[in-house]
Amino acid sequence: MSRQPPQRDVAPAVQKLRVRYAKRGRLRFTSHRDIQRSLERALRRTGVPMAYSAGFSPHPKISYAGAASMGAASEAEYLEISVTQHLDPGKVRDALDAAMPPGLDIVEVVSATAGSLADQLEASEWQIELAGVGLAEADVAVIKFLEQDTVEVERMTKSGLRRFDARQAVVRLAVEGGESDDRGPCAILRLVVRHVSPAVRPDDVLTALHVVASLTPPVPPKVTRLAQGPLKQESGMVADPLAADRVA
Amino acid sequence: MPIESVFARLEPLLPQVQKPIQYVGGELNAVTKDWDAATVRWALMYPDAYEVGVPNQGVQILYEVLNEQDDVLAERTYAVWHDLEALMREHHVPQFTVDGHRPVGEFDLFGVSFSTELGYTNLLTALDLAGIPIRAAEREESHPLVVAGGHAAFNPEPIADFIDAAVLGDGEQVVLEITRIVREFKQAGSPGGRQELLFRLAQTGGVYVPQFYDVEYLDDGRIKRVVPNRHGVPWRVSKHTVMDLDAWPYPKQPLVPLAESVHERASVEIFRGCTRGCRFCQAGMITRPVRERSITGIGEMVEQSLQATGFEEVGLLSLSSADHSEIADIAHGLADRYEGTNTSLSLPSTRVDAFNIDLANELTRNGRRSGLTFAPEGGSERIRKVINKMVTEEDLIKTVAAAYSNGWRQVKLYFMCGLPTETDDDVVQIARMAREVIKTGREVSGRRDIRCTVSIGGFVPKPHTPFQWVAQLDHETTDERLKKLRDEIRSDRNYAKAIGFRYHDGKPGIVEGLLSRGDRRVGRIIEAVWADGGRFDGWSEHFSFDRWMRCADDALANEPVDVNWYTTREREFSEVLPWDHLDSGLDKDWLWEDWQDALTGVEVDDCRWTPCFDCGVCPQMQTDIEVGPTGKTLLPVTVVGSGAATLHA
Repeated sequence: MSRQPPQRDVAPAVQKLRVRYAKRGRLRFTSHRDIQRSLERALRRTGVPMAYSAGFSPHPKISYAGAASMGAASEAEYLEISVTQHLDPGKVRDALDAAMPPGLDIVEVVSATAGSLADQLEASEWQIELAGVGLAEADVAVIKFLEQDTVEVERMTKSGLRRFDARQAVVRLAVEGGESDDRGPCAILRLVVRHVSPAVRPDDVLTALHVVASLTPPVPPKVTRLAQGPLKQESGMVADPLAADRVA
Repeated sequence: MPIESVFARLEPLLPQVQKPIQYVGGELNAVTKDWDAATVRWALMYPDAYEVGVPNQGVQILYEVLNEQDDVLAERTYAVWHDLEALMREHHVPQFTVDGHRPVGEFDLFGVSFSTELGYTNLLTALDLAGIPIRAAEREESHPLVVAGGHAAFNPEPIADFIDAAVLGDGEQVVLEITRIVREFKQAGSPGGRQELLFRLAQTGGVYVPQFYDVEYLDDGRIKRVVPNRHGVPWRVSKHTVMDLDAWPYPKQPLVPLAESVHERASVEIFRGCTRGCRFCQAGMITRPVRERSITGIGEMVEQSLQATGFEEVGLLSLSSADHSEIADIAHGLADRYEGTNTSLSLPSTRVDAFNIDLANELTRNGRRSGLTFAPEGGSERIRKVINKMVTEEDLIKTVAAAYSNGWRQVKLYFMCGLPTETDDDVVQIARMAREVIKTGREVSGRRDIRCTVSIGGFVPKPHTPFQWVAQLDHETTDERLKKLRDEIRSDRNYAKAIGFRYHDGKPGIVEGLLSRGDRRVGRIIEAVWADGGRFDGWSEHFSFDRWMRCADDALANEPVDVNWYTTREREFSEVLPWDHLDSGLDKDWLWEDWQDALTGVEVDDCRWTPCFDCGVCPQMQTDIEVGPTGKTLLPVTVVGSGAATLHA
């Protein structure tokens, strides 16, 4: 038998679906690979006619854009699925959302127009809940951080310990408020950060707050991505990356 | 009173541990029921890491069977890794279930499934984290009954002090029977308390309650006798056998975890039991007789599993899958049904014969032909007669020739080292066999890039087998023999690079041997090892042979026995074995005769196609062989993934 992959009819992709999904509650502990497996199985159960790559081990054509790291929740994750038949995005959303585990929720599905989804995702808006940290303490740290031009932080990456600036990518950082319930104070930060390389993640900004103001949350902070998309330079706001597709 | 979820207390710990997803639950097809609406509540544990435990078929079957009962609730729990264990102790978070994150200590029953004895230390961790005293004698009315099951429960004596009860054999029916007894007991207001409940279970003859039996020893350390210490408790406890597999098509809704597990596929059990009669194989001996699922039942379960899970692969499980009386029709029918889809089928556990290549070809019709696995088990013709693995060298060469000429590139061969009567030569011959395999493969395929992998591990004698009396080979000799084999494989440059060599050293096998054929005195060693930090003994990076030996020396200091006595000592027919009061149906006289036949190389056939040879199981257990052919064919079904029409624009 030859080493050529077996001949099979590989149906061509006729449509690209852009999907916005959320990662909520205890499912924030899923890794990117966990989500990938979960999604592919849900697609098979719902009968979405996925386009497959050719070759010895065909895999569905799905591209994932900048997934939030394990432990971070998100209201705005994006991916793109190629399918071999023209589908109604609304019906796909409903069917897929029903098939995904609760906590991995399909928010919206649109048919993609031209252009790259990844290019649209210029910045992210994050919410960081700091249980056990008071408003005043958080305010001081944020002001000190914003006064700096650069704040060097270190993070362990796959290629070893990296040192980089966590300040310049930050477009906005503010203390939005904080609840003082029976569990004590909880400052909430809002962060808008540009997607740069190496990526500046919310935990890098927290490290920077520790560097400039010794801010040390007593329990692991809860991080949630609220939005992801084109950065409006004038306002420092993150826009909707699917706006153009929805109009089309 | 509702039981509060511990998740709120667990959540802040999760960002600090490896793979936190394994502790959050939320698997597809998992069930969380109302605590207060249930009368009987089971916590089911597979005592290993989540990634190993979650695909376990036994736990999945019982979980579903129990949850189908209106007033019964079953949740699952797994062994937590060291990092989370330390944090749970620090923050006083108890052992929890992954379904409702409820404390294990609050359930009525805590069922633990032991596929291997190496999970015993993990049982103690779970009990301790749950706030349940590790010794059954110290438990109070509020604590769950701790019930052991699985293959290792056929000799639960080493953990007799830690469990309240053990159940032998198939669990589907007996869990419902236990549930019924517990339900009636609770509804009557728990008269007589824990002791009375255990007594009611013991009286059935199908639940072993260790504390109702006393073990008496002789001066030399052997067991004198095991005797009930309470009137009304049976002398022997029987195993359970489900006769009609088609009546128990579980799991119907297999669990699909979010986390990656060791088996990323759905599994359909095509038959239970095996009468090939391999003398080393405990699974084959204790699961007799053979009971097949029908071809139509298999066809329905395969499609049902795919629709319920979205898995890409289905494994057709059994102890020797190619032995199903209608396997050719099953393979052909499923291959037809899923042709052109991205669903693949696999057939693990196959014998060495050319028929299997046809089956494997069918199941990979449109897929990749990478590797095939065979288990000749013994390197020489002589030793294969001793273990009753009836494969000739000619069979093997014919089989691999067929494989390589059909486009398979790699053949994996499984062997054991340390079999009874084995010499260095029996093992070194494996190298010759592997070279012969490569030589034949190169001839028939006309290629040089084919490979053969030899995988070998130490043989561990197991209870309820004809080899239950034999001396286990010491680990030093095992390792020397494996080294000789490795050197022999490497010695011929023409073939060395085409032959892969994988082996397990002899030390873990000695501990497995100690736990497999141990008696109640071995429990002290387990407890000492656990107290010293022993966890996850099935994982080479966590297993410490030195710790086991050190703790064994201490625990057995005042006994006339030691680790060698339990492992490398041959037993005589007259010796009372620790598991003699546990009835697997096998006649001890027959097992002994079969052991004697092994010594003279007398082979025994399979009773599915030759007359009964009186192993004892069918008359003792009132069972019979349940095999086809039924003459039926696979029912046409609408296959998964064909629902696209409803999504069209």
